[in-house]
Amino acid sequence: MSTITDPPQGSFRLSMLLNDTRYRGYTFQFIALVLLIGAMGYLMSNLFSNLAAQGLNISYQFLDEPAGYGIAQTMVEYTSQSSHLQAAWVGILNTLLVAFLACVTATILGVTAGVLRLSKNWLVAKLMSAYVEAFRNVPVLIWILVINTIVITMPSPRAYRGETPDTEMLFGLIAYTNRGVYIPAPTFGPGSMVVVLVFLASILGIFMYRRYAIKQLYDHGRDLPTFLPSLALFFIPTLLAYFIMGRPIGVDVPALQGFNFQGGTQIGRPLIALWLALSIYTGAFIAENVRAGIQAVSKGQTEAAASLGLRPNRVMNLVVLPQALRVIIPPLISQFLNITKNSSLAIAVGYEDITATLGGITLNQTGRAIECILLLMLFYLTISLLISAVMNVYNNSVSLKER
Amino acid sequence: MKKSVFFGALTVAGVAAGVAAAGTLDDVKARGKLNCGVTTGLVGFAAPDANGEWNGFDVAVCRAVAAAVLGDASAVEFVPTTGKTRFTALASGEIDMLARNTTWTFSRDVDLKFTFVGVNYYDGQGFMVPKELGVSSAKDLDGATVCIQTGTTTELNLADFFRSNNINYEPVPIETNAEAQQQYLAGACDVYTTDASGLAATRATFEAPGDHVLLPEIISKEPLGPLVRHGDNEWGDVVRWTLNALITAEELGVTSANIADMASAAGGNPEINRLLGTEGTLGEMLGLSADWAKNAIAVSGNYGEIFEKNIGESTPIGLARGLNAQWTDGGLIYSPPFR
Repeated sequence: MSTITDPPQGSFRLSMLLNDTRYRGYTFQFIALVLLIGAMGYLMSNLFSNLAAQGLNISYQFLDEPAGYGIAQTMVEYTSQSSHLQAAWVGILNTLLVAFLACVTATILGVTAGVLRLSKNWLVAKLMSAYVEAFRNVPVLIWILVINTIVITMPSPRAYRGETPDTEMLFGLIAYTNRGVYIPAPTFGPGSMVVVLVFLASILGIFMYRRYAIKQLYDHGRDLPTFLPSLALFFIPTLLAYFIMGRPIGVDVPALQGFNFQGGTQIGRPLIALWLALSIYTGAFIAENVRAGIQAVSKGQTEAAASLGLRPNRVMNLVVLPQALRVIIPPLISQFLNITKNSSLAIAVGYEDITATLGGITLNQTGRAIECILLLMLFYLTISLLISAVMNVYNNSVSLKER
Repeated sequence: MKKSVFFGALTVAGVAAGVAAAGTLDDVKARGKLNCGVTTGLVGFAAPDANGEWNGFDVAVCRAVAAAVLGDASAVEFVPTTGKTRFTALASGEIDMLARNTTWTFSRDVDLKFTFVGVNYYDGQGFMVPKELGVSSAKDLDGATVCIQTGTTTELNLADFFRSNNINYEPVPIETNAEAQQQYLAGACDVYTTDASGLAATRATFEAPGDHVLLPEIISKEPLGPLVRHGDNEWGDVVRWTLNALITAEELGVTSANIADMASAAGGNPEINRLLGTEGTLGEMLGLSADWAKNAIAVSGNYGEIFEKNIGESTPIGLARGLNAQWTDGGLIYSPPFR
């Protein structure tokens, strides 16, 4: 028999902040915080007093003034008379474009290489090992410069000129020059809206059909074919609409006019260099993540699935990958962040991203270094946190549901 | 779980309080060395030769200042700067003066807080194109791809020129002259635009300079000169009057050949005597030795000699004096009197 007595509720004494393990941690954290704030405050006051001593101030008025410089790749309306703010916006969009493109291709490349590296085929596995080791152990800046140099050695537009040009366009449609690759672009005539809508509807149809097929499988045990019907849904309705509407969508083929190719879509040299370099470099890291993720799934899972009679591709899709994703996604987030931040190396090849416009030319022409760098930091912080947040939502959806 | 306090590496980046109110001259004397900002390499203006020695038109100004202040033309630390890094380097005190064919503009003088001490080359922005393109005027450049050094006045002039002529261009931003040369020769851009003197200097290094033409249009005024930070007038005066000494020496016929002779004793021309320190106390007023100007001129001669040796018509760069002739010869090079 014993009576449970509460531990003595001693009154709080100041010395407990140091002696009591319950409070000691907080004490030190508080001291660290104060020191940190003090250090930041000192640096800030130092900055402001130095600026004042030089007769400078912090002002963002320059953002409204005309930028005065030209930008080659613009996704929104921009002339040299546009404001610095607009130039920054052009840069932001260019950063996002190259980051998005590189994330997509790096993921495709990485997943392919990671899976193939586990292949039982000796040659394929070794080739992929060579790719991974070669590309992730050379700095990404070097890869950017290498690809840039390769593109520069391609023929210049002048080689396409004359009666008997030195170089011909690929299939008469694609021009590859040292200024970039020019590909045909679609032109939308009247009635093209219908075709586009039909296309979107058929994409939706594919998803709905696949969901229906899975439902059939679960409810009635019927295994419907999915590949061929999906393919048919993808092409047939759109092609039908295209011809019924009298072929409203045309193709704008690039043609040599004056100094450069005009028409079509231009994928500039800097974009190519940056995009490819970031993709193959980060792809090598993602390949390792994927390999690690797949190997993290115990062999027993595969064997158990096989003994249930599942075919190898179903074992991969239904058993291994869902479990592997839990391991793959978190490091993948950090690779996507790396791509976004590494895209600031654009400056090496003259790609006009946010670092080149706001943090480069604008900074230099206005002399507002601190303001520009602060904005730049804010942008990268925001975009990184956003990517992180989106990917974390996805991670939560695939992670192990603990009950 | 007990959380331990974790001190991250608290990097106190020293935003160095490098703003000494005055006294660059004292700093340079105490250091025994002049930190001079130059280009990363533009033949004729500032480029290291085969032995790693910096040579050129702008370099000569640095050496003259070092000789005037320290009596030693080799006591210079050359700091290569790009169009983008040069102003930060000067403002932060990393360099004492900048002699990097930099255009004197209102905003650089007033807003960026620099003092241009004079003009050592009157330039203008031009265009270079391959001869095979058959272009004879800059107005024919509609749709051309243009290589342009970022962070320069030429970038803004270019946009203005094309806009006022209602034609389009595609800029290829690049960092250094060497990079521009590589891209231009590879045909990655049709046109290279920068100061006409820089174009001539760049063309001189090509394998076949004759295959490239400079277009007749000069689209801007580019007075190039050395500059220092605002707020240190004593130091500004030293650099200003060293440049003026070189110019005056040419006007008065003082050359590297006859300077030892002229400076040995006071001669018949009082202005030469004042310049070379055999009469008056001009050196003392600047806080320098009496023979400061003599030292500066003795390094590589007067302004005309420096011009001829580095970028003149006898060099591969082959620039005529033109606007940069002495005012007595119909040019704009003019120094206030030494009095």
